Amino acid sequence: MATIDYLQALNQALDEELAQDDTLTVFGEDVGAPKGGVFNVTQGLAEKYGDLRVFNTPLSEAEIAGLAIGLGVSGHHAVAEFQFADYILPATNQIISEAARMRYRSQGDWSAPVVFRAPYGGGVGGGFYHSQSTEKVFVGQPGLRVVTPSTVRDAKGLLKSAIRCADPVLFFEHKRLYHSIKADIDPDEEILTPIDKAQVLRQGTDITVMSYGITLQYVLQAAEELAKSGIQTEVVDIRSLYPLDEATIVAAAKKTGKVLLVNEDNKEGGVLGEISAIISEQALFDLDAPIKRLAGPDSPAMPYAKNLEQAFLVQPDQVKQAMQELAEF
Amino acid sequence: MKKEMTMPRLGESVTEGTIVDWLVQVGDHVEEYDPICEVQTVKVVAEVPSSFTGTITKVLAATDDTIAVGAPLAEIDVEGAVEEAAPAAATAASATPETSAEPAAPDPAPVAAAQPAATTDAPRFSPAVASLLAKYRLHADDIPATGHQGRLTRQDVENFMAEEVSQPAPAAAHQAPSPVPTPIPVQNTGFDGQLPGDIITPGSSVRKAIAAHMSQSKNEIPHGWMMVEQDVSNIVVLRQKEKANFQKREGFKLTYFPFFVKAVAQALAKHPRINSSWQNNMKITHKQVNISIAVAKGDELFVPVIKHADDLSIKGIAAEINRLASAVRNGTATADDMQGGTFTVNNTGSFGSVASMGIINYPQAAIIQIESIRKAIQPTPDGRGFTFADMVNLSLSVDHRLLDGVAAGGFLKDVKKNLAAYGPDSNLY
Repeated sequence: MATIDYLQALNQALDEELAQDDTLTVFGEDVGAPKGGVFNVTQGLAEKYGDLRVFNTPLSEAEIAGLAIGLGVSGHHAVAEFQFADYILPATNQIISEAARMRYRSQGDWSAPVVFRAPYGGGVGGGFYHSQSTEKVFVGQPGLRVVTPSTVRDAKGLLKSAIRCADPVLFFEHKRLYHSIKADIDPDEEILTPIDKAQVLRQGTDITVMSYGITLQYVLQAAEELAKSGIQTEVVDIRSLYPLDEATIVAAAKKTGKVLLVNEDNKEGGVLGEISAIISEQALFDLDAPIKRLAGPDSPAMPYAKNLEQAFLVQPDQVKQAMQELAEF
Repeated sequence: MKKEMTMPRLGESVTEGTIVDWLVQVGDHVEEYDPICEVQTVKVVAEVPSSFTGTITKVLAATDDTIAVGAPLAEIDVEGAVEEAAPAAATAASATPETSAEPAAPDPAPVAAAQPAATTDAPRFSPAVASLLAKYRLHADDIPATGHQGRLTRQDVENFMAEEVSQPAPAAAHQAPSPVPTPIPVQNTGFDGQLPGDIITPGSSVRKAIAAHMSQSKNEIPHGWMMVEQDVSNIVVLRQKEKANFQKREGFKLTYFPFFVKAVAQALAKHPRINSSWQNNMKITHKQVNISIAVAKGDELFVPVIKHADDLSIKGIAAEINRLASAVRNGTATADDMQGGTFTVNNTGSFGSVASMGIINYPQAAIIQIESIRKAIQPTPDGRGFTFADMVNLSLSVDHRLLDGVAAGGFLKDVKKNLAAYGPDSNLY
């Protein structure tokens, strides 16, 4: 057993899959030796598996995505890294119109079973181009899975499952989780997280809170604190942003009838709205309160000035207060 | 001290109710929750439960009076209670003319003054609370609310129900145990799909018992269905031959039904699995073969029981059916006549039915429907020609938790065999 953080868990997942899958290549801007990625997720892998399997690419996101798709179509596995989730937008056409549609367009003859990794999220003083949550651009595109791990164990298990998945997977990593969460993981245990399942992280009877990314940490923390005053919170890690695990979501919503949804992205037009719609459609007569969303303001993400950046970001005390209010409703 | 019983709120947007019947009179002692009168509103007919334990000292409204919500209905002398401020609803109603209405001089009910009080504080419920109140037939005012600004929460209702289950109200103690507790007499039931000209009639106690029994069966028992057909030309011939003498000798008609009951009872004796019951995850296999039969009386249905039907001859069964049917119709059936059934044979053929899916008579494990005997062209045994035959369908419903297709099929095979065994010389005695 060894204590590792979220980033080390991702590195282990890539290491293990490179070792067991000869067709797998890992690439992106600064991914190869000697840097091993701007956040060091791929550190040491080029040295271990060689420059032909772990390598740098030009600063051209459309090409990074296109290369991955070509490798996938020709029977290889690939993990393409976008250095920041903000940079992914030039590759949108490749990802949505090519990767996501490949199997459908070729009547199942071809597919692109590749992974696109992208660090997202703010609070790092990164301004507009290094802070955004871009998941809502890609959810609701049939053919493309969108997942994000929010625990150390899932960082490893979900990346390994994504690499082995027969579909293209867009894999978001919250960059403030890289070093902020740690867990004991047995390096010899093969962890494969189900790719399309939400997970109940905490059982409760009073309110249900669903989240992902850094805000999920705030939820867990607040749930712990509120438990002392007798408020029991059911906490769901959404994990698969698309397609959503409707069964787990609806069951958790029905359990308490009071639902709070939290994410860092803008409130409008995002994942939370879709979850809310699913609950409205399937659990109306178990609801005891309006479904509540706590999310970023509807302004562009994200200001550079520290105070404005914090004003944009959902804060732990806001999460706790929203949970308390819902419990008392 | 004397307390005033007022007209309770009988549903959202309901502002008044008409007294259908008084269930108590001056001098009667009532327990809290005892029904004191029946009230009809635009939505429902409901019993009004007493809010107090005490003695009725005044009845303040007459039958057919229309009374505003919150207006007084009766005065109750409550033992040991001290004077206290009148409840808000009664205060609101004191402005209305009915306050002093005498029972002997019923007024038409000008109720406008009470309406604002009834509607301004009408609570709004979440979907979960609204559906729980409807499901358990609860009235929101009876349940302590803990939510924001006095909102009634789902947990409030669930906690209330949990307490009711663990501590049944004394008033409900005489009721049969029921899986859905209904601790408070009905006050607030929405009425869906009501149209102008509709007539709303309260269900009779028998009808309500039937409704509860049927719902329980369909909710709890996963029904499996199977239907077979049988050539009963032999029974038609036999009955034709015997019926005139039978009527002369016994004084009642020989119908087809006893032949089927006998065949079923014989098969049950051979298939105890069918003559059983699934309760609390246990199988109860009955030794006695007691056949429940349905007897209609008006629009009500009674299910008396032919005890030890497997011991009886055709005549014995026919006599017992005749006795039970007469007893039910004359209202002289005893409790014992109605108890102890282990299996039900339903004579759906008497309505002309040729196929039906019976609802099992809970907690039995199966029910068989004897359908109409009808003329049909059937192939001859050698398969080379056709002949007219008297055919009947037998529709069996089984509790699929306990019984499966093999058990049902084996049982029906023996019923068919028993039916086929009747011949022109079979003995009815």
